[in-house]
Amino acid sequence: MSVRQLAKQQPASFAFKPEFLERAKKIIAKYPAGRQASAVIPLLDIAQRQEGWVTKPAVDVIAQMLEMPSIRVLEVATFYTMFELQPVGKRHIQVCTNLPCQLRGSDHVVKACQDKLGLGLGERSADGQFSLMEVECAGACVNAPMAQIGDDYFEDLDAASMGKIIDALKRGEKPKPGPQNGRVHSAPMGNFTSLTEDPTKPIPKQDLAAAKAAFEKAKAEAAAKAAAPKP
Amino acid sequence: MLADKDRIFTNLYGHHDWRLAGARARGDWDGTKEILAMGPDWIVDEMKRSGLRGRGGAGFPTGLKWSFMPKVESERPHYLVVNADEGEPGTCKDRDMLRFDPHKLVEGCLIASFAMRAHACYIYIRGEFYNEASNLQVAIDEAYAAGLIGDNACGSGWKFDLYLHRGAGAYICGEETALIESLEGKKGQPRLKPPFPAGVGLYGCPTTVNNVESIAVAPTILRRGASWFAGIGRPNNTGTKVFCISGHVNNPCNVEDAMSIPLKTLIEKHAGGVRGGWDNLLAVIPGGASVPVLPKSICDNVLMDFDSLRDVKSGLGTAAVMVMDKSTDIVAAIARLSAFYKHESCGQCTPCREGTGWMARVMKRMVKGDATLEEIDTLERVTYQVEGHTICALGDAAAWPIQGLIRHFKPEMERRIAAYRDAKVRASAKAA
Repeated sequence: MSVRQLAKQQPASFAFKPEFLERAKKIIAKYPAGRQASAVIPLLDIAQRQEGWVTKPAVDVIAQMLEMPSIRVLEVATFYTMFELQPVGKRHIQVCTNLPCQLRGSDHVVKACQDKLGLGLGERSADGQFSLMEVECAGACVNAPMAQIGDDYFEDLDAASMGKIIDALKRGEKPKPGPQNGRVHSAPMGNFTSLTEDPTKPIPKQDLAAAKAAFEKAKAEAAAKAAAPKP
Repeated sequence: MLADKDRIFTNLYGHHDWRLAGARARGDWDGTKEILAMGPDWIVDEMKRSGLRGRGGAGFPTGLKWSFMPKVESERPHYLVVNADEGEPGTCKDRDMLRFDPHKLVEGCLIASFAMRAHACYIYIRGEFYNEASNLQVAIDEAYAAGLIGDNACGSGWKFDLYLHRGAGAYICGEETALIESLEGKKGQPRLKPPFPAGVGLYGCPTTVNNVESIAVAPTILRRGASWFAGIGRPNNTGTKVFCISGHVNNPCNVEDAMSIPLKTLIEKHAGGVRGGWDNLLAVIPGGASVPVLPKSICDNVLMDFDSLRDVKSGLGTAAVMVMDKSTDIVAAIARLSAFYKHESCGQCTPCREGTGWMARVMKRMVKGDATLEEIDTLERVTYQVEGHTICALGDAAAWPIQGLIRHFKPEMERRIAAYRDAKVRASAKAA
């Protein structure tokens, strides 16, 4: 378990901006009547997208919108690790250090971030531009090591490519997400070992009428067997 | 080795168009109405006969799971919930299906829901997969616009609604009852079973939770026939499977191949072999972080399927193969996993909440050798006190990697303890 608490310093108030409120309403409509509590995670997420982190006033506003006790929303906000409970940098860099990434050098990637940014894990730069965090498996293990920056995955990293990405971010550019070593997504580097043929060739389909007939016959036989008097 | 014509995920690498037009060209949504017209009982029976076992880790037969749902609709609606909360370290297969073959999943959701008499399905996707969720939402919107799902799905007369729900970063929500809790807007803490979700699931209604891959392969199985799928692999371990090969290989990758492919063939054929050659292999974790590690001697011959990996006291899990060459500090590797489980324990059951922390602390000392020989046995005993004594399998998952380590690498742990003690004795002698 990780201990997570709300930040001591909190803003005075929170209100969804009109476009975010619109999104919130659409989300609530996905769930059956009376089950609006299901929307609590998505609503906390859009509150975080608006403010940059999850604030106490946002928790209270969402609790009111969903007709939930505030403590239930707070429980959710502190349980799920994607909710930032204090301000993070505009560029929030999360480096995976779980085993598959560790095996392929995530330690070097973390060090490159620390050196370039002058930040330790869990720290935010004084100008609020960058923050650095270590995270658990993000689910891109065949493209390890990886880092998530905002919503984007940067994959197949090493110290040099991580450094380049940070430099680009510092210049205000948008570096290209995905594999940084030129490979195609999760395919093996170099020649494909599968999926080299035309995928639009028709596939052989089964004869559904025959399948249905066989199914009905088997069903009738089973029924007859069950109905037959026991010897 | 599987031929391309028998591969289901023909856009696994995203090198083709993933949207509706591209998916249709690759055979998705072809004859869906006719499949639905065969009726729920035939679909469930066909899935049973295909031998498909759940692809989320436990390997429970999918058709059988579907058959547990009530056969008639009542005032309590039925739900299908798709588990796209992929997070088992080493596993990244669902991600490619979600972003590059989303229509296979959407079509599968319709067919599976119809077979279980559900008019609504929720796909619970991990929050970090933002771009993947965006693609999937586009696919859902396309399917609605084309009349493939909605009030009269594919013209079948069946009303079907599909919703995407994003999580927010909790490994435990991959457990089906924790996922249901989370979907209801609560902390992701697993429920006691029974009652099972097929009786009391989402909102107290009959619910089936399936992995992305299990659902996404269903349309192709039904189109091509159960016997086609059952003809691949071995009996009780049928079909194709997407493997994730990570770690110390030359070309890490995801690849779909036949179930029961030898581990060595899988690694050499698709991942360019072990870094430094097969003889440089130390160990492999064959099915995601929670299954026990296997030393090279077993990896030489083992087949990648449920039964053969169980026979060597490991498991297929999610088929996430993590390869470690001889440069690996194997104790540190397992200690990293212990730290992960400590981080992800939901805190509900005492053996797991306290046990994962204790095990992680001891494992940290084991990396240095700062322990006594007896502590290895104590550690092993504690893993058995956690395993099987918790509501969900996270306690087991935390215990198994350590058990695997002790089973196969105990001499290495003992060597470290001796070396650490020697170094300490020498240092104090020098000081004296």
